[in-house]
Amino acid sequence: MSLLEVKNLSVRYGERTVVDDLSFSVNSGDWLMIVGPNGAGKTSVVNAVSQTVPSRGEVFFEGRNVKKIKPRQLAKSMGVLSQNHFVAYSFTVEDVIRLGRYPYSPRVFGSLSDGDREKISRAVEMTGMKPFLTKPVTALSGGELQRTFLAQVFAQDPRLLILDEPVNHLDLVYQKQTFELVQKWLSQEGRAVISVVHDLSLAKAYGTHALLMDRGRAVCMGRTADVLTNERLCGVYSMDVAAWMKKMLSQWQ
Amino acid sequence: MHREGYGITEYLLFTAVTLVTLLVCVAAGSISVPLGETARIIWNAVFGSVKPDGTYASIILSVRLPRVICVALVGAALSVCGAAMQGLLRNPLADGSTLGVSSGASLGAVISIAFGITVPSLPFAGTTVLAIAFAFLSLIIILSLSYKLDFSLSTSTIILIGIIFSMFASSIISLVITFAGEKVGSITFWTMGSLSGSTYLNALVLSAVLAVCGGVLLGCGRELNAFAIGEDNARHIGVNVKKIKLTVLISVSALIGVCVSIGGTIGFVGLVTPHIVRMITGPNHRRLLPASMFGGAVLLMLCDLLARMLLRPLELPVGVVTSLIGAILFVYIFYTSRRSRR
Repeated sequence: MSLLEVKNLSVRYGERTVVDDLSFSVNSGDWLMIVGPNGAGKTSVVNAVSQTVPSRGEVFFEGRNVKKIKPRQLAKSMGVLSQNHFVAYSFTVEDVIRLGRYPYSPRVFGSLSDGDREKISRAVEMTGMKPFLTKPVTALSGGELQRTFLAQVFAQDPRLLILDEPVNHLDLVYQKQTFELVQKWLSQEGRAVISVVHDLSLAKAYGTHALLMDRGRAVCMGRTADVLTNERLCGVYSMDVAAWMKKMLSQWQ
Repeated sequence: MHREGYGITEYLLFTAVTLVTLLVCVAAGSISVPLGETARIIWNAVFGSVKPDGTYASIILSVRLPRVICVALVGAALSVCGAAMQGLLRNPLADGSTLGVSSGASLGAVISIAFGITVPSLPFAGTTVLAIAFAFLSLIIILSLSYKLDFSLSTSTIILIGIIFSMFASSIISLVITFAGEKVGSITFWTMGSLSGSTYLNALVLSAVLAVCGGVLLGCGRELNAFAIGEDNARHIGVNVKKIKLTVLISVSALIGVCVSIGGTIGFVGLVTPHIVRMITGPNHRRLLPASMFGGAVLLMLCDLLARMLLRPLELPVGVVTSLIGAILFVYIFYTSRRSRR
């Protein structure tokens, strides 16, 4: 059985259909890269899968319809890392990370168990956030803030990690760090990742599978090498993608 | 890893500070009663076998004690509502009145005063009953309109509808005042906010609502942390966003409705107290909510004392004092926080 199965997913905002009859599945160990030009509907797909926006069609996690899974149970199955974080108050890094254990702790006045502390420590260690624990998040750089939320989602310990353009406005060092951390997280059995990316090189380098989208529809879905071919990309982006990539690379040769 | 909430020692300390402030505020006034005598009278009234009598006992037990208890409870309620709303809406300018429910409650009270509406079996409680009824009616209208406009009940929709409703209620209040005749004076004094003449029954109603709704808000500390960090983040970590939002809004509305019905419109306490407390405890709602509750009680008791003492034997409405002090404090807090960010 697939970890995630999406059947005939459609998302509409008013009269506008942004995702149209999309079906795909994700298995354990997969890193599915959702790629496509602006307005292709990539973010709407992950928002619909994580139940952030209303949608039509069905999404199954290990055979269970996610619409029927309670929020806490769903959070144990799926974790989401968004591209932007604006925290209004000066919470400490530790405050933010420990919220990752919310779905596991008792409902009212819940405190952390030893198991929770262990998971948080491991997430903090993995992301290298230990020196920042007492710092207010309002004093962090964009990259440090993104690592804080990555630690939160690692502490949440989901089976499926959903990343929505996680490195969009980060410098190269943080881009590399983030993707390597997610790759390390994925190496544990029973896990999978879906990420929306614009950088086709990152998609090729880290993705095991890719879903190429255009105007709300799937153009192609399969192994990354089979999907991200120059012929298909040229059709979607209306430009010679490989030639552009090579031109960029030539700047370094 | 540090503990999130408070322990028994901190709660005992907060209680002690609140009780000492209460004692000082009961003792002080146009006729000052020695602190020891005040404590003895209250102790004997609560635990003694013989009921204390005399002028001091009469002043303390019949006038000041019920008033100061009500002031403390209203301060606690307004502040915990302010802290909860600032977290839920991620807006440091929010407080219990942001939702528009307090304007609704005011409309109910103003109608009651202007037209002399009373409840047959409780002739003294007409204003209170109508204010609470209007508070709940306002909440139902605001949430129904928000739900009709936006199925997900987004905070921006709720704020917008709340503001529009507030303006609507204020215009009706002005209309009612136009036809109020000789009652204009009473209405104006009531809208300035005052707890003079509060009774033990008022204190009982306030205590019951604060115990239930305040307790619910304190229990939502972690969820409010998640909301303050971001509503989407809250949803992603498993918070039942719609349920928590409704729980907080209903609890805040009930508290604000009861406070407005008893004390009128008392501004700035709900807005400023969480800001002062946040500077000491940090933004974590597991600490911020209980500390705001105690802090608000102490702050409003001190403001009420000032209202009684500044121009004695004349008494100012406490709402005037809180607005004056609150506005200055708010400017100071913003000035210092902006400077520390540079």
